[in-house]
Amino acid sequence: MTTHGLATTAPLSGDNSPLAFDVARVRRDFPILNQHVHGKPLVYLDSGASAQKPTAVLEAMDDVYRTGYANVHRGAYYFSQHLTDRYEGVRTKVARFLNAGSDQEIVFTRNVTEAINLVAQSFGERLRQGDEVIISEMEHHANIVPWQLLRDRRGITLKVVPIAEDGSFRLDAYESMLSPRTKLVALTHVSNVLGTVTPMKEIIRLAHKAGVPVLVDGAQAVVHGKVDVRDLDADFYAFTGHKLYGPTAIGVLYGKAELLKDMPPFMGGGDMIRSVSFAKTTYADPPHRFEAGTPPIVEAIGLGAAIDYVNAIGMDAIAAHEAGLLAYATERLRQVEGLTIVGTAKEKASIVSFVLDGIHPHDIGTIVDREGVAIRVGHHCAQPLMERFGLPATARASLGLYNTPQEIDVLAQALEKVKDIFG
Amino acid sequence: MEDVLRDLYQEVILDHGKHPRNHRHPAAANHEARGYNPLCGDQVTVYLQTDDAGRIADCAFEGRGCAISIASASLMTELLTGKTEAEAGRLFEDFHRLCTEADFTLAQAAAEDRDALERLQVLSGVRAFPARVKCATLAWHAMTAALKGGGETTTE
Repeated sequence: MTTHGLATTAPLSGDNSPLAFDVARVRRDFPILNQHVHGKPLVYLDSGASAQKPTAVLEAMDDVYRTGYANVHRGAYYFSQHLTDRYEGVRTKVARFLNAGSDQEIVFTRNVTEAINLVAQSFGERLRQGDEVIISEMEHHANIVPWQLLRDRRGITLKVVPIAEDGSFRLDAYESMLSPRTKLVALTHVSNVLGTVTPMKEIIRLAHKAGVPVLVDGAQAVVHGKVDVRDLDADFYAFTGHKLYGPTAIGVLYGKAELLKDMPPFMGGGDMIRSVSFAKTTYADPPHRFEAGTPPIVEAIGLGAAIDYVNAIGMDAIAAHEAGLLAYATERLRQVEGLTIVGTAKEKASIVSFVLDGIHPHDIGTIVDREGVAIRVGHHCAQPLMERFGLPATARASLGLYNTPQEIDVLAQALEKVKDIFG
Repeated sequence: MEDVLRDLYQEVILDHGKHPRNHRHPAAANHEARGYNPLCGDQVTVYLQTDDAGRIADCAFEGRGCAISIASASLMTELLTGKTEAEAGRLFEDFHRLCTEADFTLAQAAAEDRDALERLQVLSGVRAFPARVKCATLAWHAMTAALKGGGETTTE
């Protein structure tokens, strides 16, 4: 592990290496990749928004509905007990995936947005007027707005760490912002726009030196390399299933046991209580205290299947494949005249944002779509970051484990068509 | 090039997109509103100057956006001068149908100014791209908001 706490920069393995990654075989696991769009083979370069799902995930979920579905927890009958075991088994799987200390530190949420809102509301309860929360210029709206809501409720102050011109995190500026007033640091591990990998291990070390806990938005990180929350010493770490080749509506909040145990409930309802009476209700211990209502049961099973899937390939092998793709994409896109890559930090995950001289990203998106190429265009839910770079929007190709250099070529050729149209 | 793309990005559109007309902030404007497309972050501010008789004496805009939204804003500023609020409203109504209804013809139009509507035909290519209709109508929504008292409007 580097100071970045994300092993994304493993060298690309050669064809003879035991890590050799058979992308053709991987692609066969994703039935959707055989689809055509406007008569052209689908080139899916938007995994950073949501990744496609392998057959193993689809079948695992389908199988539950067909052969073993019931509600979980407290069921006295076989199906419920069996599915409860499987559902709680996914918690164990997630704990191992992140190298958490125990299952009790894994809270299921709907997504990263809900995980961050959970912390902002529950952990945020103890914050007072004048307390400070540190975020950065490259946060997704999901890691900005919950803190603004908390600011409006509790009168806290938000401190925003600036980023460098190349999109790297300004560790010096961050360090100078840490003060006795700082009560929480909430930062992304990988920028969804720039691909920047933040020096999270060092960020956390500095925060802890000041006695401040750290929440990490890992939505874009866990998919690109091995994350070890104990090696990072993260206090909270959030990720989501649908970017990890799993289903939507299942996310994860890792929280250190000693922090979770003192946090009040986030939502009230069934499943999160120990006992209820009109006079007094007592709450369950974490993680169930934070999981009110019927959970996304089948989605959790799907997440478990997705974790099995990426583990079978190996996060290191995925990281190596994507490092190769990123290098190729950077090189290939730079050959497109008039194209500028936004975000050129040294430590990057396989996300490439770019702009074309005189052509709006929305027009780029429409035209490359006709070539079958799916990229994201817009502000990527990071408007303050767009403002920082003086851009209304960018086009973004985000590369996943099933992408190939040939697909980058198709994108590059489609961009030439865009330029042809705009003369 | 594919026909649908050729229809969408006609020369007139590309020209107005690159060299928008009336891209300025008139000092005498007495109505203005910002149009914002939260989907892509595009924004235009439309400025209108109406005379005592309620006719639009000047129309201009500032903003940034895709070729479609800027071209549409530019064309709009050229077409609204001399119109009353009601006439501008009817032109927008017809323009909106032009952008969304495949079988809309000039014979069904409510607007008095058929020439204006004919010039707007260049934007009818967005019909094949439902996601882009909001780009084409952004400035028009802002114009409506400006005449109704200003502020901000979004395409949501």
